Amino acid sequence: MAAVCFAVQAQDVTPPDVLVKNVTLEVIDIIRKDKDLQNDRRKVIALIETKVVPHFNFTSMTASAVGAAWSKATPEQKTRLTEEFRTLMVRTYASSIAAYKDQKFDFRPLRAKPTDTDVTVNVRVLQQGAESVKLDYDMEKTARGWKVWDVRIADISLTANYRTEFANIMRASGIEGLVNALHSKNAGLERAQPAASADKKK
Amino acid sequence: MATGCSGGKVRGLLAALALALASGCATTSGGDPRDPLEGFNRSMYGFNEAFDETIGRPVASAYKRIIPDPVRGWVRNFFANIDDLFIGVNNLLQGKVGDTVTDWARFAFNTTIGLAGINDVASEMGLEKHNEDFGQTFGRWGAGDGPYLVWPLIGSSNVRDSAGLVLDSYFDPVRRHEPSGVRTLAVVLRATSKRADLLDASRILEEAALDKYVFQRDAYLQRRRGLIHDGNPPRGPSSRLTEEPRAEAEAGSTKQ
Repeated sequence: MAAVCFAVQAQDVTPPDVLVKNVTLEVIDIIRKDKDLQNDRRKVIALIETKVVPHFNFTSMTASAVGAAWSKATPEQKTRLTEEFRTLMVRTYASSIAAYKDQKFDFRPLRAKPTDTDVTVNVRVLQQGAESVKLDYDMEKTARGWKVWDVRIADISLTANYRTEFANIMRASGIEGLVNALHSKNAGLERAQPAASADKKK
Repeated sequence: MATGCSGGKVRGLLAALALALASGCATTSGGDPRDPLEGFNRSMYGFNEAFDETIGRPVASAYKRIIPDPVRGWVRNFFANIDDLFIGVNNLLQGKVGDTVTDWARFAFNTTIGLAGINDVASEMGLEKHNEDFGQTFGRWGAGDGPYLVWPLIGSSNVRDSAGLVLDSYFDPVRRHEPSGVRTLAVVLRATSKRADLLDASRILEEAALDKYVFQRDAYLQRRRGLIHDGNPPRGPSSRLTEEPRAEAEAGSTKQ
């Protein structure tokens, strides 16, 4: 795993499918082994910040979720939107990975040409008594390696799913309204969750 | 999400339903063309949420807490095995004969070697489980979504999938089972098992959504689109928007 980190830092580009597999398995392995971590959301979030976040392009993700209005946002609004959306995504990721840590994964080989700069990495989450769940990562090649710009769970694109919600909020109260809505959503989760996990530990 | 209810609870539910209908019809916002009945749907959604909070979720949580993991697996597999029969029929109606053979082979192996379906031996043999229903078949035949609909206890649907649902439940072997006592028990157990499997997902939804109604609706519509096209939907609204946001995004990311 150290080798993977080193490879990324050295600008030696890890193929996108290998990257997804390594990062997923590493994070799941850490969560499974560390019982302490399972009861402490803050630690899970910290783990995701260091291991997963560097492989996401949250600016791209936010732009896709905001849609056409993105071009009307000021640079400062874009930064704040991205920051809030990133916080929400990291929290959602933390909940998901904790819930699905005991599932088996099937990492599909990449179907892309070596020259492609926009690819989809397919993963299957295997389940008992149900068809496997598709987990697709849309990734783009950047100067700093491959970055995820959308995640599709069972064909549900995360960024597309936020688009209508965001559009409704922006229609009512503008881009500022959306920044505020995301901010209070995150603040509400922040209030609710660390307290809950602290209770569980005692 | 949860399906089926029995006996004495029905009257109380009807009263709650009437209340939901009376209170929510006027609140239409956004004016989404896919959801012209948003006012009605939101009130149904509110009713379903209330039902889930008072009955669905507590029962499902208790089930998950009390019944050991392997036993819950048997229950899940038992009902999933019965589903394979009509999954096969729907694959046949969609012209996917190979998939039908798989579905019915799954049913044959699981019903016999898998002991009435409680063990999914077919998956271990490499026979992949599919997800099909009459709504997907109609979609495959070219039927559009029609307006989005939320039904009491059933949850998200649309006109096409509602028509499909009528056939799904008409042919449902569990609902056709006699005597009715066993049938009711089976329907409730199946609904409980399904809800229990969604406990984590619904908690994540709670966290992720700003407006749960909109989030769930859009997820349903995207999901059904994916299912109808067996996981290869033509890239439409879910793909990247225009060149402009992307160019902006790249400019933004190099700055960091």
